[in-house]
Amino acid sequence: MRARVLIRPKAGILDPQGEAVQRALPALGFAGVSDVRVGRLVELDVEDPGQLESMCEKLLANPLVEDYEVVLEGSSGGG
Amino acid sequence: MSAAALELPSVEDALALGLTRAEYELVCEKQGRAPNQVELAMYSLLWSEHCAYKHSKKLLRTLPTEGRHVVMGPGENAGAVDVGGGLVCAFKVESHNHPSAVEPFQGAATGVGGILRDIFAIGARPIAVLDSLRFGEPGPAGGAGGSAQAGGAGTRARYLLDGAVAGIGHYGNSIGVPTVGGEVYFEAPYEHNCLVNAMALGLAPRERLVRSAAAGPGNALVLFGASTGRDGIGGASVLASAELDHDEQGAAAKRPTVQVGDPFEEKKLMECSLELLERGLIVSLQDLGAAGLTSSACEMASKGAVGIDLDVAAVPLREPDMQPFEIMVSESQERMLCVVEPADLDAVLALCAKWEVGGAAIGSVTDTGRMRVFADGELVGDMPVSALVDDCPLYDLRPEKPARPVYGAPAATAGVTIASAPRAILLALLSSPNLSSRRPLYEQYDSIVQSRTVRRPEQADAAVLALPDGGALAVSIDCNARRVAADPARGTIAAVLECAANLACVGAEPLGTTNNLNFGNPEKPHIAWQLTEAVRGLGEACRALQAPIVGGNVSLYNEGATGPIYPTPVIGMVGRLPDARRAGRLGFARAGDRIALAGPFSPTLPAGELAKLLGWELPDGLPELDLAAVAAAQAAVRGAVREGLLASAHDIAEGGLAVALAECCLAGGLGARVELGAEFWAAIPPVVPGPSGAPGAPGPELLAGALFGEAPGGFVLSGPAEALERLAESVPLLAIGEVGGAGLEIATGAQPIAATLDELAGAHGALAGLFG
Amino acid sequence: MRFGVLQFPGSCDDLDALAAARRVGEAELIWHARRDLGGAEAIVVPGGFSYGDYLRAGAIARFAPAMEAVIEFARAGGLVLGICNGFQVLCEARLLPGALLGNVNLRFTSRQVRLEVLDTGTAFTGACTPGASLSIPAKHSWGRYYADEPTLDALEARGQVLLRYAPGENFNGSLRDIAGVRNERGNVFGLMPHPEHAVDELLGGSADGLRIFESMRLAAEGALA
Repeated sequence: MRARVLIRPKAGILDPQGEAVQRALPALGFAGVSDVRVGRLVELDVEDPGQLESMCEKLLANPLVEDYEVVLEGSSGGG
Repeated sequence: MSAAALELPSVEDALALGLTRAEYELVCEKQGRAPNQVELAMYSLLWSEHCAYKHSKKLLRTLPTEGRHVVMGPGENAGAVDVGGGLVCAFKVESHNHPSAVEPFQGAATGVGGILRDIFAIGARPIAVLDSLRFGEPGPAGGAGGSAQAGGAGTRARYLLDGAVAGIGHYGNSIGVPTVGGEVYFEAPYEHNCLVNAMALGLAPRERLVRSAAAGPGNALVLFGASTGRDGIGGASVLASAELDHDEQGAAAKRPTVQVGDPFEEKKLMECSLELLERGLIVSLQDLGAAGLTSSACEMASKGAVGIDLDVAAVPLREPDMQPFEIMVSESQERMLCVVEPADLDAVLALCAKWEVGGAAIGSVTDTGRMRVFADGELVGDMPVSALVDDCPLYDLRPEKPARPVYGAPAATAGVTIASAPRAILLALLSSPNLSSRRPLYEQYDSIVQSRTVRRPEQADAAVLALPDGGALAVSIDCNARRVAADPARGTIAAVLECAANLACVGAEPLGTTNNLNFGNPEKPHIAWQLTEAVRGLGEACRALQAPIVGGNVSLYNEGATGPIYPTPVIGMVGRLPDARRAGRLGFARAGDRIALAGPFSPTLPAGELAKLLGWELPDGLPELDLAAVAAAQAAVRGAVREGLLASAHDIAEGGLAVALAECCLAGGLGARVELGAEFWAAIPPVVPGPSGAPGAPGPELLAGALFGEAPGGFVLSGPAEALERLAESVPLLAIGEVGGAGLEIATGAQPIAATLDELAGAHGALAGLFG
Repeated sequence: MRFGVLQFPGSCDDLDALAAARRVGEAELIWHARRDLGGAEAIVVPGGFSYGDYLRAGAIARFAPAMEAVIEFARAGGLVLGICNGFQVLCEARLLPGALLGNVNLRFTSRQVRLEVLDTGTAFTGACTPGASLSIPAKHSWGRYYADEPTLDALEARGQVLLRYAPGENFNGSLRDIAGVRNERGNVFGLMPHPEHAVDELLGGSADGLRIFESMRLAAEGALA
């Protein structure tokens, strides 16, 4: 099954990349943008989606500083 | 042959691939028939300017390439010089201009990756990278940087600078090779055609050097490293050898053909290649660069006067359904090709597995003299190696000195005039993009990994790298292209002299030189003239300094909608000093040391940095210079540094004497009191319209000329009075001041200069604003 | 006294660390695929870009067979020093508290920095002079030390912060200017700056970093005696 893991900095942790993007957008004429966070996307095929949680905890994310969200293909959160 | 291969491409296809009609007809003649798709793709790449040097080869043959230190000259992946202790230093500079204009981060990163492969392809372990960059005017500091789309003056230059520096750092830092030096200039003619040149050095035991000539019919051809995808297909031909299509949409459309670099893969590839050589498992080695497998395999076959059969079905692919011609021309990065005796094949593949790099036997060496390409056993291309590599027509240039200036006057930006107070001019120069501190750039590079770096950026005029025998290598890369634009021959001589002066300031003697000739379209007579003159000057200077050319690269057709770039023959020079502990520094070191101006120094303003800030037109020609006298002064300075007589040594370059003094103050964190008295005014030849008043009261032009004028040959030295007096016996030398105080004070006989170290540092730090 | 210096694919400062360790004792490289530490009495996890630093710096190296052995070695009280990428690996392996995030300036930055030594009574700083600072180069993109507030309070209360960036030197945005931390037991230490690049006056003008290696030698020999 195709899965996507969305990884982003935990709330409250300084995200300089997000801030840089937030500063750049108004300069390009895009107004009204706030709270930009830059994270990572991991896409993978898995036979047992039940293992994804553990994969995230052990390797794909660092739970100390990152939140993650697993989205399975075809589920409502996809897209 | 398959039906697909038999659908012959037309002459229009050949033209689209960059061949001329006459060249296409010559291909048909060499083949005895019309070429098929695979063959035409291969011919078009190997007969491109980038691979065949068809407009420069005849000129390059005039350069001096032999000398007592030269171990490997032009023609191999890199040149090499003997550095003593059984070691050789391999080095080369190469351009990645057009890929960097399309995508600066990847373009610059893969440029570094490519030049590093050239170094380890001859068996040397890379020990240093330098870079030479040219961009358009960056506009006011502190503007919105970082995006090409934001618009506004200088935005594109800043976007390219930011991306290229990050890309160079990304690759060099990640692979563990220090970036120890470099240069960057901002000039309007590069606005539509930036330059990204990278130089690398490597060290190898002399007996470990390997050549790229394939040998031994029956031997296997092994491709190892990354898998092959569609990256950079047509890159060499479409990207590297045609005038850049400048509008943003053109650039965006070309993005898919940009190669992506993976320094981690290259690190493994490098370790694997060096271990293969150490264990004596391979006969010859070649990296895959522009034109990929086509170029590598044909070059290896040509140098060995053999043939090669290879099967594209054996090439590990990253993408499905790749056509044979795509596999042959792919520019996927981080790949090498080697020739292996059949008995060693298993050991070679096992070593690839140890380093986790893919390895596959894709063909064999033959005695046919033909390059034959198979697809799963079916013959899809069959060409004489000599036709591919040697028979591309070479073109004679039609040089003609332009009747009118090629370049417009630069836009005045200084906010000062020739009559402004010298202090204001000095601060304007120090804060100008070309002269301000490079710290915001070199801080993005690891300059110390491998524990060899004796002098880091801005500690000395040249980078210094310790050798195991207690000596050291020194290396410098340079080219003031505005001076080359004003006078291609003398400007090029000045660039070579600048490198040698940098070496002299750390105590190093030149061993060899590499160069990258970045020019516009050589089919235009005025560009042909620039190129011809520059190569003449290059040869003359390298002969005079006994610093032969051991390798190099040519990048032509660097033109955009607004005209050609400044002619930019980037010079890289490598030297040796006997004792690393005595490597010179540029910064003043001790309060109380005397300061001297040494060397034959006849400064002029035209073509200089101040002239640019004032918006002066380029002059038609530079003053004559006495090459032998400059070389003798360099030898004297080198000798004094080697003896440990001097506390500091710095050559006078852009911005002239006053800027050089300021740089010595800033690098050492010490002030200086300088007095330009009657003796000085008598010694400095009045090369600008003279003062109307009596000697000792110089008018503004002469004052500015003396303080900020430029010319090869001058040095600012500091040290004990006795040491400078001794040196005065072998070189023209004038005591001009003393180290000490809280800032730089220059008494001139007219308006003095006084600036605190903080004021100087504030001006010199202006470049930081470009990285906002 | 024998140091073992780990070597991953992508390690860059491994040979530098090896040479630095050899200035105070014996040292050998330990290839990442090995499961034993060859009798090393102290371990250095060096700088570089292990496994290309892909996914997250140190995230993949943490699972190397040799790292499993290092984790065992640390649990048994062995001395482990992590430098730069090695610090990141030790944090990923949870041998040290906290994490290293991207520099606030968003760039790889290479700079000589001054460090304050907060405690000279440890296995990693015992050879440093109380009150003195160290001049050592730092070079990294991911060096911003982060831990949550209660953890930072606890680290400081227990004296686990051994090195702090001197005022004005913290370019990466590390919380509370932390440049190096030890574990609670005191046998594992990680720092972002590179002491192995400050062991020879000829190469950069400072040999301050040698004191870290010298401290480890003294501690290991004291423990053996």
